[in-house]
Amino acid sequence: MNHLPQAWGRPRDDVYGAYDQSHFQMGGPNQHTQSPIVTGTSVVAAKFKDGIVIAADNLASYGSLARFTDVKRLRKFNDQVVVGFGGDVSDMQYLDRLLNSLDIRENYGSDGTPLNAKNLHTYLSKVMYKRRSDFNPLWNHLLIAGLDGEDKPFLASADLLGTTFSAPTLATGFGAHLAQPILRRSIPDEAAVPNVSREEAVLLVKEAMKVLFYRDARSMDKYSIAVVTKDGVELKQDEKLESQSWAFAEGIRGYGTQVN
Amino acid sequence: MFRNNYDNDSVTFSPQGRIFQVEYAQEAVKQGSVVVGIVSKTHAVLAAIKRNAEELSSYQKKIIPIDSHYGVALAGLASDARVLSNFMKQQSLASRLTYDRPIHLAEITARIADRAQTNTQHYGKRPYGVGLLIAGVDSKGPHLFEFQPSGVTQEMLACGIGARSQMARTYLERHLEEFDGSSREELIKHALRALKESLSQDKELTVDNSCVSIAGIDEDFKLFDGQDMAEWLDATFDNKDGGNEGGQEGEAMETDEL
Repeated sequence: MNHLPQAWGRPRDDVYGAYDQSHFQMGGPNQHTQSPIVTGTSVVAAKFKDGIVIAADNLASYGSLARFTDVKRLRKFNDQVVVGFGGDVSDMQYLDRLLNSLDIRENYGSDGTPLNAKNLHTYLSKVMYKRRSDFNPLWNHLLIAGLDGEDKPFLASADLLGTTFSAPTLATGFGAHLAQPILRRSIPDEAAVPNVSREEAVLLVKEAMKVLFYRDARSMDKYSIAVVTKDGVELKQDEKLESQSWAFAEGIRGYGTQVN
Repeated sequence: MFRNNYDNDSVTFSPQGRIFQVEYAQEAVKQGSVVVGIVSKTHAVLAAIKRNAEELSSYQKKIIPIDSHYGVALAGLASDARVLSNFMKQQSLASRLTYDRPIHLAEITARIADRAQTNTQHYGKRPYGVGLLIAGVDSKGPHLFEFQPSGVTQEMLACGIGARSQMARTYLERHLEEFDGSSREELIKHALRALKESLSQDKELTVDNSCVSIAGIDEDFKLFDGQDMAEWLDATFDNKDGGNEGGQEGEAMETDEL
């Protein structure tokens, strides 16, 4: 019997034959994520008078396959912050665990004020930038929606490169092309925000979600929507797009089934 | 000849349940010149007596600004205070960088307390020989914390540590009720008068041997040193001889006997 440490815990050669050592060494250098695998599509959000609306559908795609239809991509952090995740779902789950541990750490002593949306956005952008600097990015585009230190509406994004951006309306992924112009039509700049009511903002975001469902092949009609105000977070995770009208589809020419 | 067998390191208890090294470290705090801190509803103030090693030398640094919202005053080994204040500066900066949030005073106090405590529980380490007053303003308002070499920290309404600080504390206890509602100016005057109490009879507060700092709600931590002290000293003590302070010193003597 082989008493050498290398053989400890291995199947005995005299019983099972020589161990195939090639299983043990990795072939070639380590590889980091080169592309996302299971993905969520757009997240859209808009500021209004005294808060923020944010929405994302419940689909996780595996390539073009609609693989999971009940994935909740909005995460409530506390009573004043919601984070929306676009991009890789496993990286979203990693960030979810990270935010859980951050929350526990923050609440451990129970004294001190809770992290607001601005604090959390700064933190998450550093996490994203750290990972991209390790050449191992978290393949997500995040929207952080909530209230800042002065209880004013706060909306900002952080992407897989650690790039940050802030605007009264934001959308990630496909929504950045399709939803953003629609949102901007109603809320062109920061000055327009005080004139937008909660109802208007919710309607606007729902409209954007509908357009995205019409035109984004990686989307679905079940979605989550959250409203953050001073009174807390109102998160609904099982909404369905209402009053859809596919009449416009008849007129589409140039691709798909009708080539001319 | 009697020799204390239980003070060679900070991990051994004496049979009476004392850790002598920690107690010796606390003596180092009592050797340092006096520092005083007070909080009101709106402000936190620190004041300190500075000593010079010799006539030709400069005066020691007693108040160290850490971040824009708070600072510390030290009594004891200045070099140990430098180590602690550098750590506090790093931690404060890290909080601003990663969370865009000024660190809470209770949080930073707890962190140096943890560091100081481990020094009292590891063989080959020694306790810090310095006491600190940590004063400033965070999202929960003005705060004053006292830090001791043992790792004990307490939030205080007013506090004095260092040589002859008992006299200053007596003044603070006597005027405790007034502090909460005091204005910025009144608070600084109280702090300077408390300092003056613990000064020996033949000494005076001057622009060279004293300094004060103040932080308030919507007001950054500011240190007054050197010539900047003149206005506060003039405003607090009517004449430089301190003759009119005689009455107060008399009162302080009374309490000393209690």
